[in-house]
Amino acid sequence: MQLSRDQLLKAYRQMKVIREFEERLHIDIQTGEIAGFTHLYCGQEAVAVGVCEHLSNDDKIVSTHRGHGHCLAKGCDVDGMMAEIWGSREGLCKGKGGSMHIADVDKGMLGANGIVGAGAPIAVGAGIAAKIDGKGHVAITFSGDGACNQGTTFEAMNMAVVTKAACIFVFENNHYSEHTGFEYAVGTQKDIASRAEAFGMKVWRGDGTDFFSVYETMREVLDYVRVPGNGPAAVEFDTERFFGHFEGDPQRYRGPGELDRIRETRDCIKKFRASVTGAGLLTDADIDAVDADVMAAIENAVAKAKAAARPTPEDVLSDVYISY
Amino acid sequence: MARMMYREAVLSTIAEEMERDENVVVLGEDVVGGNGTAGGPEAIGGIWSTSTGLYGKFGGDRVIDTPISESAIVGAAAGLALSGKRPVAELMFADFIGVSLDQIWNQIGKFRYMFGGKTKCPAVIRMAWGAGFNAAAQHSQAVHQMLTGMPGLKVVMPSTPADVKGLLRTAIRDDDPVIFLEHKALYGVKGEVPDDKDFMIPFGHARLSRAGNDVTIVSTGLLLGFCEAVADKLAAEGIGCDVIDLRTTSPLDEEAILDSVEVTGRLVVVDEAPPRCSLANDICALVAEKAFASLKAPPLGVNPPHTPVPFARELETAYLPSIPKIEAAVRKVLSYR
Repeated sequence: MQLSRDQLLKAYRQMKVIREFEERLHIDIQTGEIAGFTHLYCGQEAVAVGVCEHLSNDDKIVSTHRGHGHCLAKGCDVDGMMAEIWGSREGLCKGKGGSMHIADVDKGMLGANGIVGAGAPIAVGAGIAAKIDGKGHVAITFSGDGACNQGTTFEAMNMAVVTKAACIFVFENNHYSEHTGFEYAVGTQKDIASRAEAFGMKVWRGDGTDFFSVYETMREVLDYVRVPGNGPAAVEFDTERFFGHFEGDPQRYRGPGELDRIRETRDCIKKFRASVTGAGLLTDADIDAVDADVMAAIENAVAKAKAAARPTPEDVLSDVYISY
Repeated sequence: MARMMYREAVLSTIAEEMERDENVVVLGEDVVGGNGTAGGPEAIGGIWSTSTGLYGKFGGDRVIDTPISESAIVGAAAGLALSGKRPVAELMFADFIGVSLDQIWNQIGKFRYMFGGKTKCPAVIRMAWGAGFNAAAQHSQAVHQMLTGMPGLKVVMPSTPADVKGLLRTAIRDDDPVIFLEHKALYGVKGEVPDDKDFMIPFGHARLSRAGNDVTIVSTGLLLGFCEAVADKLAAEGIGCDVIDLRTTSPLDEEAILDSVEVTGRLVVVDEAPPRCSLANDICALVAEKAFASLKAPPLGVNPPHTPVPFARELETAYLPSIPKIEAAVRKVLSYR
């Protein structure tokens, strides 16, 4: 099905927001002004956006430690997220969560997660809730090739099949679990989808560096899982991580020229532009205009985050039922 | 009032709350029991008989048999809770908490705070705990000492059928995650339970089960009854004991403890956890910090030794705090000069 001009512009804008959000963090983190650990999503934008463009606020997602892209794609506020990562009181989680713990339940975003593999069981619960409600909503868990080795993921896949949860396991294979290669850490040295298949799920595969591949694949997956009684499904997207596991990672595990090569040939943003301009769906001017708008929005978000109120010592004790 | 067993109070409260609120769902291993067998669903109905009949009454969407996957059980409870349901998950044995600890400790207990207070996680995680069944080291443990130290969790330890009723209802209606610890040696104990289907006991309010001015005994769970027996025996000698049933270890009713110690000046805390970093240690420290001037004797904890729970009858008996051990401790603080 052909996307409308507005849909194309929105999808591109979402990917570009994630890209520039992360590129800007990559720079600002080096100044030392941002505290803590940050894991950037650059390179994988087509997956988050290609999945979330199909979803409403009633569909739930559970994210990972590399969660900025999922949050933004699911509709979390750019300013609120930037302020959160800067540790502001005005951040989406009042500065209590930080990069790895951003959530916005009203938007169906049930949380990024600092524990690799912890999200899948939570998504199964949300998928059971969706099944009980019977309105065709779904719950999606994003996992990487790291989380696919956690026992929690295995438990969750089986539990989803057993309970016929309206749940989708989206595996983003970026070929690195932290600093260890997929070929080493995934014992089968095959894909991840075949594991899900072994648990009894219908599976799909797609190119995670191509928005249209993700988007069209997800349409099929969602058409399947939204049918009451069909139960869960899984999909694996082959993708690329443009930065290290965390900011500051020296990435000595990369091959010579690898980063240049994937930035040149596997960049979902470049591919999108080439695809839509080549097909005459959008012009370079259309895309340039989005780019300018996004750059201004990120600049604005950073300025607001820097100026935003800092938390106070008293804030430590709020938002918990009791403190001693 | 109705007379019922502790286990019946669990089951009837869950059933009443499921009746009242369609968002209440039950999940766990064998909570239906018999699925996929010749016997069919409800061939068992929960190994503690705390979910018997729920499947027939409320159906498989709301009474969910799970595989033996404790992380996925608690994780699913988390996801259900974040999606507007009120899950009551059963872990069967508290000892299995180790398998699911990430979901309890890093997930459900932290959502509200980590996400800036905008998230509710109304999940109840029930589990049977405690020694007394010769179930040995991996099916007999106390876990409250560990869970009480985890911010964001409410930890409930009922000692009577009436408290099960009032506290479990509060737990199910609470918007925060609640760990509900049912002592397995109490499941068959009977007691009077209020009929009111809105009977609730607020968390953080201890119960004074015996009153006296000479010594304060703090406990909960199975050992509470042992403490009452000691108090009754000493009462015949003219020694008055305040026996405080904590009901919840977090939130903790500090006021009830401190008020009592300010009168008695003597404290014994009877706890089923091993001594180091235990509830007994915690409450003795609390009293030392906040009621030091009232103390007439050093506060004393009565705990099992720092060992795994042993199997053989003689060993388990020697392991657990007993009525004679509690009595000896009380007499020791009374005789301190």
